[in-house]
Amino acid sequence: MIKINNKKDERKDVLRLENLTIKFGGLTAVDSFNGYLKEGELIGLIGPNGAGKTTIFNMITGIYAPTYGTVTFNGIDITGMKPYVITHLGIARTFQNIRLFSDMTVLENVLVAEHSWLQNYKARKILHKHEPEKFPRPHWKPWFWSAVLKTPDYLKMERHMKDYAYELLKAVDLDKFAHLKASALPYGPQRKLEIARALATRPYLLLLDEPAAGMNPQETQELAEFVQDVRKKFSVTILLIEHDMKFVMKICERIYVLDYGKIIAHGVPEEIQNNKRVIEAYLGDESYV
Amino acid sequence: MGTKRISFKTNFILTTVFVIGVGFLLLAASHSVGDYWVRIITLMAIYSIMAISYTLVNGVTGIFSLGHAGFIAVGAYTAALLTLPIQQKTMSFFIAPLIWPLNSIQMGFFPATIIAGLVAAFAAFLVGYPSLRVTGDYFAIATLAFAEIIRIVIQNSYSITNGSLGLKGIPPYTNIWWAWGWLLVTIIVIGSLKFSSYGRALRAMSEDTVAAGAMGINVFKHQLMSFVVSGFFAGIGGALYAHWLTTIDPRPTSLGIMLTFFVLIMIVIGGLGSISGAVLGAIFFAFAAQWLRIVESPMNFFGITIPGIPGMSMLIFATVFILIMLFWRRGIMGKDELSWQYIYDHFAKKAGDQD
Repeated sequence: MIKINNKKDERKDVLRLENLTIKFGGLTAVDSFNGYLKEGELIGLIGPNGAGKTTIFNMITGIYAPTYGTVTFNGIDITGMKPYVITHLGIARTFQNIRLFSDMTVLENVLVAEHSWLQNYKARKILHKHEPEKFPRPHWKPWFWSAVLKTPDYLKMERHMKDYAYELLKAVDLDKFAHLKASALPYGPQRKLEIARALATRPYLLLLDEPAAGMNPQETQELAEFVQDVRKKFSVTILLIEHDMKFVMKICERIYVLDYGKIIAHGVPEEIQNNKRVIEAYLGDESYV
Repeated sequence: MGTKRISFKTNFILTTVFVIGVGFLLLAASHSVGDYWVRIITLMAIYSIMAISYTLVNGVTGIFSLGHAGFIAVGAYTAALLTLPIQQKTMSFFIAPLIWPLNSIQMGFFPATIIAGLVAAFAAFLVGYPSLRVTGDYFAIATLAFAEIIRIVIQNSYSITNGSLGLKGIPPYTNIWWAWGWLLVTIIVIGSLKFSSYGRALRAMSEDTVAAGAMGINVFKHQLMSFVVSGFFAGIGGALYAHWLTTIDPRPTSLGIMLTFFVLIMIVIGGLGSISGAVLGAIFFAFAAQWLRIVESPMNFFGITIPGIPGMSMLIFATVFILIMLFWRRGIMGKDELSWQYIYDHFAKKAGDQD
């Protein structure tokens, strides 16, 4: 029934979720979720409220450890790793309710995300173990002392971080707000800044949790272009959760539909639009209408 | 809006001039104001060191610790045991003699202070490692308990700390220059830390630990790091304090929970998370504590004679503390620093208002 492409997809898996299950007490929030993301794809994850979409994000990013199942990222089993290690390995996310560092400036928000460059020793060790020829054995550097003593090494790094932060802000058209407090930004730019901050960790995979929440149709339209633009410019793979059907149908290549923690449909937008179970889940059982 | 940014060079020159200026003021003060006030000025610097190290944890990193006095006590005892003359040691330890390496050591003030800082930092590591597994109120309670444990251990280890008898006759090494010199070092190191990539990570964690973790910050490691650095300078502060008091004992009111609350009052007055605020708060506290001695002595108030009430000054401090919490939570500086940029912006805004 599920048919994606007739020809075999040669691109490599960025993310593979196998039998992902999590139980909170008696409640099974997510029940044996299976899914994959190919390199460079833009995939949607939809479903009614409480279906378990954000829980899947939290399991991928290490905030929750799944009860069963595995999360494989670029061939590395990242199940149960700490959130910061997962970020260093190359998964970045945004949050459903914007979680910027509101007391810090726009520039500082981006710089905080770049801090991981100084101390991703653990992640580089994992990468080295995984692919020794591609990732050299990392050397631990006493960055903390360099930062306190302001050694030339550190100052160079800091300058590099600032340059990249400005570049990034320019790419998302926020550079004019660089020295403004994040909380002073209007709603739309705050969403954009959250995406920029996630990009500053230099991810392969970007997880967007309801990026269009609370936006009007015109802003949503702009965001759709922005997301596609980001994917092209930064060559990231994107997985997004969204309620706005028009938005999802427009930009996603494939869609997973989740209801009560189970996948009820998976396919290209046209398939999903006509899927009976999806319509039922969203609109209720036909027989009651 | 003051958009002009003061360059690094201007900043550096102005700061150097300011530091030298303060140095000359201290020099002038040490010759003119008399021993009593010189002691108070020295105390201001000691309090400032304690307050800055405390605000690094409670303000910048945003974890509410109540164990600061524990680390100050560790520093105070370590330094005092290292500098006490051997003769004084044999005289004081009459219940149980002092154990071996300590009973034959006597060293200078500077190495003793450094060692005190290191030992306090190690104590902070031992306390922080388990305590930082819990968050919020539980962390506050855990650190409070650990500080109390440190105090009880000091009170009962007669062969190391002389127990509840305390240490007497500590050489009065702490003078205005040691205290203000260490204050300068503290400001430079913690200031440099706060305005580095690590400082940004700490500030981000104080706002949202989940988002900070998702941005690749190892929250536990950074909190522990901030806790240990804070412990080091608390130890330095303790060492200076011991050689300022010349007598230390493990009563709750001297190196116990009261001291934690004193330092807490300082940083809340100054503004949580601000280094310059911590210094201003500490100076204010040291000054006010002396000034408020008036209310504890008998006085004649419009013809009515009021007898001296011991503890009256604490009552006033507590009231002020509550009022600050209710109406002026920002404190003197809020989270800002008293930088040249801050002063410039402030005056630029004022000039702008007049136009």
